[in-house]
Amino acid sequence: MIRFILLQNRQGKTRLAKYYIPLEDSEKHKLEYEVHRLVVNRDPKFTNFVEFRTHKVIYRRYAGLFFSMCVDITDNELVYLESIHLFVEILDHFFSNVCELDLVFNFHKVYLILDEFILAGELQETSKKAIIERMAELERQE
Amino acid sequence: MRGLSVFISDIRNCQNKEQERLRVDKELANIRTRFKNEKGLSVYEKKKYVWKMLYIYMLGYDVDFGHMETVALISAAKYAEKQVGYIVTSCLLNENHDFLRLAINTVRNDIIGRNETNQCLALTMVGNIGGKDFSESLAPDVQKLLLSSSCRPVVRKKAALCLLRLFRKNPDVVNVDGWSDRMSQLLDERELGVLTAVMSLLVALVANNPDGYWNCVPKCVRILERLTRSQDIPQEYTYYGIPSPWLQVKTMRALQYFPTIEDPNTRRSLFEVLHRILMGTDVVKNVNKNNAAHAVLFEALALVMHLDAEKEMMSQCVAILGKFIAVREPNIRYLGLENMTRMLLVTDVQESIKRHQAQIITSLKDPDISIRRRALDLLYGMCDVTNAKDIVEELLQYLTTADFGIREELALKAAILAEKFAPDLLWYVDVILQLIDKAGDFISDDIWYRVVQFVTNNDDLQAYAALKARDYMSKPAVHETMVKVGGYLLGEYGHLLARTPGCTPKEIFSIIHDKFSTVSISTKALLLSAYIKLLMHSQPSDPDLQEQIWRVFKRFEGNIDAEVQQRAVEYFALSRKGPAMVDIIAEMPKFPERQSALLKKTEDAEGDAAELSATRLRVQQQSSNAIVVVSQPSSNGSMFAGPLARTTSTPLDMNGELALTVTTMGQPQQTPSQSAAPVTADLLGDLLAPLAIEAPPAVSSPSELVSEQSSGDSSALALLDSTPSLQPIGSIKDWFHTLCFKDSGVLYEDPYIQIGLKAEWRAHQGRVTLFLGNKHVGALGTVRAVILPPAHLRMHLSTVPDTIPPRAQVQCPLEIINLQASRDLAVLEFSYSYGNVPVNVNLRLPIILSKFLQGVPLSPADFVSQWRALTGPPLKLQEVVRGVKPLTILEMSGLFSSIHITVAPGLDPNPNNIVAGTVFTSEARKTLCLVRIETDPSDRTQLRLTVASSDGVVSLELKEFIKEQLLDDSSTQQQMVAGPVSSGLSGPAAALAGLF
Repeated sequence: MIRFILLQNRQGKTRLAKYYIPLEDSEKHKLEYEVHRLVVNRDPKFTNFVEFRTHKVIYRRYAGLFFSMCVDITDNELVYLESIHLFVEILDHFFSNVCELDLVFNFHKVYLILDEFILAGELQETSKKAIIERMAELERQE
Repeated sequence: MRGLSVFISDIRNCQNKEQERLRVDKELANIRTRFKNEKGLSVYEKKKYVWKMLYIYMLGYDVDFGHMETVALISAAKYAEKQVGYIVTSCLLNENHDFLRLAINTVRNDIIGRNETNQCLALTMVGNIGGKDFSESLAPDVQKLLLSSSCRPVVRKKAALCLLRLFRKNPDVVNVDGWSDRMSQLLDERELGVLTAVMSLLVALVANNPDGYWNCVPKCVRILERLTRSQDIPQEYTYYGIPSPWLQVKTMRALQYFPTIEDPNTRRSLFEVLHRILMGTDVVKNVNKNNAAHAVLFEALALVMHLDAEKEMMSQCVAILGKFIAVREPNIRYLGLENMTRMLLVTDVQESIKRHQAQIITSLKDPDISIRRRALDLLYGMCDVTNAKDIVEELLQYLTTADFGIREELALKAAILAEKFAPDLLWYVDVILQLIDKAGDFISDDIWYRVVQFVTNNDDLQAYAALKARDYMSKPAVHETMVKVGGYLLGEYGHLLARTPGCTPKEIFSIIHDKFSTVSISTKALLLSAYIKLLMHSQPSDPDLQEQIWRVFKRFEGNIDAEVQQRAVEYFALSRKGPAMVDIIAEMPKFPERQSALLKKTEDAEGDAAELSATRLRVQQQSSNAIVVVSQPSSNGSMFAGPLARTTSTPLDMNGELALTVTTMGQPQQTPSQSAAPVTADLLGDLLAPLAIEAPPAVSSPSELVSEQSSGDSSALALLDSTPSLQPIGSIKDWFHTLCFKDSGVLYEDPYIQIGLKAEWRAHQGRVTLFLGNKHVGALGTVRAVILPPAHLRMHLSTVPDTIPPRAQVQCPLEIINLQASRDLAVLEFSYSYGNVPVNVNLRLPIILSKFLQGVPLSPADFVSQWRALTGPPLKLQEVVRGVKPLTILEMSGLFSSIHITVAPGLDPNPNNIVAGTVFTSEARKTLCLVRIETDPSDRTQLRLTVASSDGVVSLELKEFIKEQLLDDSSTQQQMVAGPVSSGLSGPAAALAGLF
């Protein structure tokens, strides 16, 4: 199960944070700080997995942005790693050529997309097409 | 949304953190004022402000207002507002926020309403942050949506995952009998989005109850066939040409929860699929495709291991993994190492894995700590007598260059392996001394105690060990642990080196004394013992050496540390006896034969214990951080998800009170680690132990010495006796305590097992189900659960299986009948072993008096007549309780309702008093109990408690029970003074008091 997803830039600014377990605010902030510190200095030649407390962080870097998912120790690392990539592809498609600024100014859209992609800490939909169409449908409603 | 964009730009343009804070504060102030006069707020503005709040929150600022407004948006009529309300609520609040409860009705209306968009919003929020309350009130509606044929897939997949969340919060919402068929039908779903969601749900259900969903096995296998053969897979569900790797992985994960697959046809089809995956996965250039394909492959490997495939297939797996651990690609190498380690646990492949030893050692030196950790784990797991020497020497060599992140674990593992698989004891001594030399900071006392024991018990080791100790001690900078072990060994066996050049007693003394000034006081005490031993061995003594040592003793006879002082004085006196002291201060005896079995046991247990303590250390570090919500299952789907135990706030904020009762309820529970703790305290006793054994009674030793002897003796025993134990992940006391007020939650958890508990109470009967969940990838053996019932309960525990399979959960119902009122507690003696490490815990069961109480509302007439009818002890008992936790009347009512005593509000005219009623049920009868509390508003730490019932025992026990709940644990002296309180009663209360 995915415990939380973080999107942070190299300076550690959080661009998106989604928690699937109940945490207090102070804990969230502490954890965002720790995860950033954990991943930011890792060599690109290293694995994309780091043990973190009792869990494991699967992360991937795209330009200046780190996408991190905290999952259970027993979870399948690679499949989550590719979930990150799928999410990035969806964002890329939605914003046509996504960059950090898109995510900053449209953070509310990013939350919407994420909610179509992951729910209750599990993958909800793995078809890019289905999600993009769904987003279009929601935009028509607004 | 322009206002939002402007705000974000402003923030981005801030030069520094200070400016940003100012801008944020300004915005928050603005939003706060705007929310205050809500009337003037347009829809657009409301949305804008709530989004801004989320943005500010994301930046890391506290947003402690506006929750109400956000939650209120959920009930807005317009989609745009509702959407913002739902999304921002999901981010700002968590399941423990009270505001969320306010929304339950609206959310339910959205779920059962006909508007599909609203259904989706509601399901999403509940799926992401729904708690137990939601579980109870929404599960049936969510199930309906999942099963409905008229709902679109977009709703049904959300319903499936929403139900998964609700199930994790409360497994009762899915009834196995009704659901296994439905799950099986749901697996026929063609739409892959829905199927993916359903599969996640299935994994959780099966993990919780592997026997309940047999009928799903063939369906899962068919899904796998469909995917691996790419039959009927829409293009959009392939990922770089691979049919949904996510669904493939999930399906194979689900299959791993079934103990085995018996049906030959299904088994055959499954193996065909697995074979195809194992053989058909090649390395490709495209990273994403490669990852996805390998994700599937690794899951297939795990499934093959689980299914206990034939030898041939297993060695195929090892071959594949062997290839992986040699590749450059770090992720694949990491996973190769990780999966090899897992493989060691489940199958007999040690020999084929050994062939890769050299390769694994290379990974131990990888720059990436993630890989190093995996390599270390694997080396540790694959070590046995044949390769121990190589592996341990490799670890030792690495220790000097290893970084701090891994050193501790490395040192512990090396020590364990050296002891467990030592080909000869000389080597063992070498290894441990090297370890202490290279990583003294990470060597626990247990490790050096061990080496001393070995040396003491093996004559041919003693001279060697002393020589080694001398060499290490002669180095210029020596770790304190080395000084301890070196000082001890040289004191004890230094004389065996007499013929070696440079080892005269005098030289040895100067080697040791060189370090004396740099060590801590407790080590100094140990060295004093070494000195007298030196003196004793060199009888008739060299006057020069004697003079030097005496000077040291003299210098410390006034030391501020009592232990050092005592030793200095006594040793000085003893040493003046000359040769006669040989009779008193003899050499350490061997550990007596009768203890050898114990010694053996300690050997094994301690060997693994260090590993456990390594784990324990990590666990402790981790659990000090807040994210480890203790009851979160660490593996997929184990039950009691969520913060049942820890973070749930009770409606009234009673956490304080709950906490305080812990200490007063029964014996304070000792955690296993505490019971093992005394060992570390003073080993110095060991040195004195021979005094006790050897000293002839005729010798007039100071009386202190006698007491010293016995304590020394006992601590030597304690050393042998201590079974090192595993640390629970959290506090047993807290869990127990939470369960006193709740009927389900965690009773105990350590890295291997989680014991959950669920209780139902009906009158004098109770049914408690223990859920024993193996969290680990290996089976847990010799599981024993014994109930020690107190006299007032009749208890029957159904059979507990001897082993718990990997990642499985076993349920054990326990029937309880209450015979009498009593505050005694039942204890569960629970033990299991993991590998050959035995773990024993004694857990108090939260079957407290209040479980057999049922609150009753009282009418004034009933109360007064009953109250009057019961007069004086033993039926009516009164006590003034001091040192109670100061509570308001409201809080106290809350406390009462949590222990099933119903307060009758307004019945007592004095607002500072409470009267309440409850019925206590035992097998024989029901007893109505009345309670009155009179508080003193000027001093909330004292009150008068009166309990009345028609049964003296019940009155007494209930009074004591309530008292325990009320007492403040901070007041160490819990004074109880019988008799009336004179103060504070006047007016109507006084009149009523007269009546009482």
